[in-house]
Amino acid sequence: MSTTTYREAARAAMRRALEDDPRVFLMGEDVGRYGGAFAVSRGLLEVFGPERIRDTPLSESAFVGAGIGAALGGMRPIVEVMTVNFSLLAMDQIVNNAATLRHMSGGQLSVPVLIRMATGAGKQIAAQHSHSWENWYASVPGLKVLAAGSVQDAHDMVLAGLADPDPVVLFETMALYNLEGELDTSVDPEGVWRAAVRRAGRDVSLISYGSSMPKTLEAAERLAAEGVDAEVLDLRCLRPLDDAAIVATVERTHRAVIVDEGWRTGSLAGEVSARIMEGAFYALDAPVERVCTAEVPIPYAKHLEDAALPSVDGIVAAARRALAREP
Amino acid sequence: MSTIARERGRHLLREMLRIRRLEERSAELYGQGKIRGFLHLYVGEEAVAVGAMQALGPEDVVVATYREHGQALARGMDPGAVMAEMYGKVTGCSKGRGGSMHLFSHALRFYGGSGIVAGGLPLAVGLALAAKMLGERRVTACFFGDGATDEGEFHESLNLAALWALPVLFLCENNRYAMGTALHRHAANPDLRQLPAAYGVVAEKVDGMDVLAVERAVRHAAEEVREQGTPRFLELETYRFRAHSMFDAELYRDEAEVRAEQARDPITLFSERLRAQGLLDDDALAAIEREVEEELARAVAFAEQSPWEPVEELATDVVTREVGR
Ligand SMILES: Cc1ncc(C[n+]2csc(CCOP(=O)(O)OP(=O)(O)O)c2C)c(N)n1
Ligand SMILES: [Mg+2]
Repeated sequence: MSTTTYREAARAAMRRALEDDPRVFLMGEDVGRYGGAFAVSRGLLEVFGPERIRDTPLSESAFVGAGIGAALGGMRPIVEVMTVNFSLLAMDQIVNNAATLRHMSGGQLSVPVLIRMATGAGKQIAAQHSHSWENWYASVPGLKVLAAGSVQDAHDMVLAGLADPDPVVLFETMALYNLEGELDTSVDPEGVWRAAVRRAGRDVSLISYGSSMPKTLEAAERLAAEGVDAEVLDLRCLRPLDDAAIVATVERTHRAVIVDEGWRTGSLAGEVSARIMEGAFYALDAPVERVCTAEVPIPYAKHLEDAALPSVDGIVAAARRALAREP
Repeated sequence: MSTIARERGRHLLREMLRIRRLEERSAELYGQGKIRGFLHLYVGEEAVAVGAMQALGPEDVVVATYREHGQALARGMDPGAVMAEMYGKVTGCSKGRGGSMHLFSHALRFYGGSGIVAGGLPLAVGLALAAKMLGERRVTACFFGDGATDEGEFHESLNLAALWALPVLFLCENNRYAMGTALHRHAANPDLRQLPAAYGVVAEKVDGMDVLAVERAVRHAAEEVREQGTPRFLELETYRFRAHSMFDAELYRDEAEVRAEQARDPITLFSERLRAQGLLDDDALAAIEREVEEELARAVAFAEQSPWEPVEELATDVVTREVGR
């Protein structure tokens, strides 16, 4: 056990994978000499050299596609797409190649590629740089999708994603790279495929993932101070969703608030809500609440951006609404 | 020396200094937390925007990148509106919703301010297509970096513009780096001027540190685009003196390299040239600096004093017309 940052946890996992398996290599824009746009890969070039820490041109479609091809060809690539925003240029490769090849080839091919990308808003970098497209990737059969909402997961998800024989899209939260927390490198990374109860409670379930986890946990503490005992469920794996854990928490608390930095329309929050309705309808004592991002392109000005994003106040208010309903 | 040449020379110098001083002040204001998010400075590249804008008329169209303060000022955008935008104030040129990377002015036909590398190129092709279909003889000038030439959108845009004979002027600002990746590490063929030839587009390399050379080349290329209605490409060789953005530790280049490039500072080079021709002396330079400083001080004061957009306005202007309400 040691205290480290989300950034360093991800780097430690990559370093370990690079040491353990000669087929593993990292490629992406500025991962080498620049040290990574968010300094996640800083220092790796010096240790592993330019063959295995490869700076790519600004060609998202080509180098993500090349990562998929290299995986087909026997390598274990980690492809870093600087942010989810730029992954839109590579989405064709991810959705039309990585996700389909297993099924479309009648089970002959596998694509063991790990595609890491930073997601989320909150850094005042405006509409084109503040997207959360976890929901889009999570809607695609053939992909596995992970979202790291803690320091431990920032580490374990890299290892689990690499160990898996299928294409894994791993979301790291841009605003959490400096987050500090405990890291235990002896944990079995396989745990990341299941949701985790981060705080047990009886009154209401706060269900979230990735970028919104710290806010959700803070809201639970605020509610505790008011005498409300909230349970916090971290979804972790967004595809496939852990239905059993979602149903179980709602069966325990009978009320649910879903916190999601995506836009409400077509959101993962909508999907989770539907699954609660399908799997735990009779356990509910109140309608499911959703706390999502306002349906606007994310503005630059801080007060507007803050108003657009899920907030601790907003989560607390939603929980109070859910609790105010009589069964 | 004629007075016209003197005024012209001083105008170009003043235009470059306006950008330089705004950029320097922006970096300071970033340090104070007044400007936030991403901030990409144009220091060292001023001759490109200033030279190019001299050769474009008000009827022409401009598309730029996230490193576009220089283009915005040289195009005639009010520095107060630019500064207020970077402050996130409602008086900003994009009401504070875009920030440094997203400066817009419909009135000046300045279509941003795009944050996605190469994302502006297809837009420029479309703007030129519209001009052609509407029978308007405008040039669409599109600025982009050397890094953008790696993207498929660059190649697709060149092909489309050439195939459909569209009046686009492609202006590649080659500052030799895409973030931390040097040109020869990101481009298989670092002689970027050769790329457009594959699509039959005429291309030329220009010293982007020489404001007069830029102006001359852009004027000539823009005339050809206007006359013939077909695309042209200019590679403007320049250098970024500052970090890529405010988050860049500059691990990828030596200070010595930067210092050597600073010997080509477009502002120093040009003022020395004016002095050598007797068109500038210390007093004249001081007077220009004073004017520039006063304008900048007004811009900062304007940004400081401007109000924030009320938070109730958050959801306005998402679409032009609401339906189904
Ligand atoms: C599609 C896309 N990929 C990555 C980025 C991140 N990024 C922003 S600027 C930049 C470098 C661009 O270099 P260049 O085109 O040469 O322009 P310069 O910054 O040098 O002016 C990168 C990689 C982005 N904004 N868009
Ligand atoms: Mg460049």
